[in-house]
Amino acid sequence: MSNAHPIPFRAILRHVLLIAGAALMLAPFIWMISTASKPQTEIFSSELHLIPHQFALMENLREAFAKANLLRFLLNGIIVTVSIFVLQVMVALPAAYALAKLRFLGRETLFALVLFGILIPPQATAIPVFLLLHKIGLLDSYAALVLPFTISVFGIFLMRQFFKTVPDDLVDAARMDGISEFGIVWRVMLPAAIPAVTAFGIFSVVAHWNDYFWPLIVLNSEHLRTPPLAVAHFRNSEAGTSYGPLMAAAMVIIAPLVIAFLFAQRRFIEGITLTGIK
Amino acid sequence: MAQIELSAIRKSFDGTDVLKGIDFRIADGEFISLVGPSGCGKSTLLRIIAGLEPQNSGEVHIDGRPVDGIRPSARNLAMVFQSYALYPHLSAFDNIAVPLRMRRLSAIERLPLLGALLPGRRAKERHIRADIEGIAEQLDITPLLRRKPGQLSGGQRQRVAVGRAMVREPLAFLFDEPLSNLDAKLRVHMRAELAELHRRLKATFVYVTHDQAEAMTMSSRIAVMMGGELIQAGTPAEIYNEPGDIRVAEFIGSPKINVLPGRIRKDGGVDVLGTTLKLTCNAAAGDCRIAVRPERIELGTGPFSGTVVHLENLGAEAFVHLAVEGTGSRLIARLADVRHLPAMASSVAFGFASDAVRMFDPAGKRIELRVEQAERVREPAHV
Repeated sequence: MSNAHPIPFRAILRHVLLIAGAALMLAPFIWMISTASKPQTEIFSSELHLIPHQFALMENLREAFAKANLLRFLLNGIIVTVSIFVLQVMVALPAAYALAKLRFLGRETLFALVLFGILIPPQATAIPVFLLLHKIGLLDSYAALVLPFTISVFGIFLMRQFFKTVPDDLVDAARMDGISEFGIVWRVMLPAAIPAVTAFGIFSVVAHWNDYFWPLIVLNSEHLRTPPLAVAHFRNSEAGTSYGPLMAAAMVIIAPLVIAFLFAQRRFIEGITLTGIK
Repeated sequence: MAQIELSAIRKSFDGTDVLKGIDFRIADGEFISLVGPSGCGKSTLLRIIAGLEPQNSGEVHIDGRPVDGIRPSARNLAMVFQSYALYPHLSAFDNIAVPLRMRRLSAIERLPLLGALLPGRRAKERHIRADIEGIAEQLDITPLLRRKPGQLSGGQRQRVAVGRAMVREPLAFLFDEPLSNLDAKLRVHMRAELAELHRRLKATFVYVTHDQAEAMTMSSRIAVMMGGELIQAGTPAEIYNEPGDIRVAEFIGSPKINVLPGRIRKDGGVDVLGTTLKLTCNAAAGDCRIAVRPERIELGTGPFSGTVVHLENLGAEAFVHLAVEGTGSRLIARLADVRHLPAMASSVAFGFASDAVRMFDPAGKRIELRVEQAERVREPAHV
């Protein structure tokens, strides 16, 4: 019998493992929603229960919006991530075009440097960049949040790999038609590379929306805070952390990404497989 | 309408010489085919004419004007690519419109939204539309103008690409193997269409292909390139009948020309496969090669005999592959009458007329022959 049905057993095992993995991944989110729905007294009670006895989500949300200017933080998040992405594309596309389609001395060396740049973690350059921003007096501004990320070596690499697959004939046809080299980047290569640009956009927006480290070190002013800092706002060592509103705020700030994911699930998955980032 | 003059064009990539000094003159209104095996430099030469590739030395003149260092678009040539190279995100109409918009609209007028507000733009767009519709009518692609290249078949894309080339009324058209992505049937059809287009436009066509059938059927002149050199140029009939080099003889013609080892005697006579031909030449005694086209091999009579090793019956004609007895040589004979095919493995006598023979020295250069009185090859001479 077991020989006749080897596949169902394996399939069951596979599903059990996958469900366990999914549950593990989802647990913090479920706990976040659970905590956000509980009143303060239940959060600190010693018994462990997922469904609150008294449903307090609305109160916690109200308190979260009252204590911190959450809408402002969400707007900051949009301003910063969109500016970063637009500037990254404006830098990466011409650079990637040059590396993929133009012949010039030192092209391979430059490309090797780009690859090398991918290996450097942002934390390693944080202090020099911080000092630089301090010297030019840009700390504690939108510019401090945006400028360090405008040149994305990963973006250049990704677009260069994609441009390599665009046939040379297309570029030559554009030259015969009288389109300038910059024109080729925006009128020919960009439309051809929309899937790659989308993928890179998803990667870039997710990374910078969720970035906690860099905004934390360059910002002082409250009105410039990005969404992850908004959550930290509820941590208070003196009066004790108010977990209910904190979790409610966390729910609010991840909501845009979750909604975007639900709307463009297929694109997200394509993008993430294309960029090879998990 | 232009004449194109190439003088001493040299090009090398990473130390490899791709073009070794090409001198060539393309007359106004000619249909020139550049043919040769892949890697012979024909596409590179076309790209140098177009300005897409700079030559290392030498000059290109178009209508007597040097164009070296002039941008491709400013040379006013149009090119049709092997992959058609249509912009995938634009409709057929917009694809054809690109060269016109680039030339007739200013940079500000080309801006996506702002441009449409400018006063002169609408009148210009009307002219562009009229021009494109005229071209579409000529090429029979009017119903396809709204479609994107992805929704068009190979032949339709080909026509759109030709339309994009025609619409700018260029001095000359450059074609880079434009038919090689089409299936065999469509290729034959497009061959006739391109030849017809050339007759109608009376423009200069430079056509690169590795397919000798395309070159033979369409061009007014063929230039055969091998290993970075242009070895012979002439009308299709000249190239076929009077090849100046054995590589030309072997490249042009399908099936390939038959080549047999021969020997030139001291008195100028020529021996092939133990038989003396009714020919003389002035070349020094030594080895040579004899070439005869498959259709000039006559089966049934003649001084030679061979065994049938393979038969290819194409319906209208047939090819008989013979192994010549007593030697390792193989040759192919074309039979126009397929009703009387020799049996496989049978022995067949064959011969060829003296004027069918083309002779080449060991280096591959043509040797001139004088045909003696009689037409047929003499019976084996017992010396």
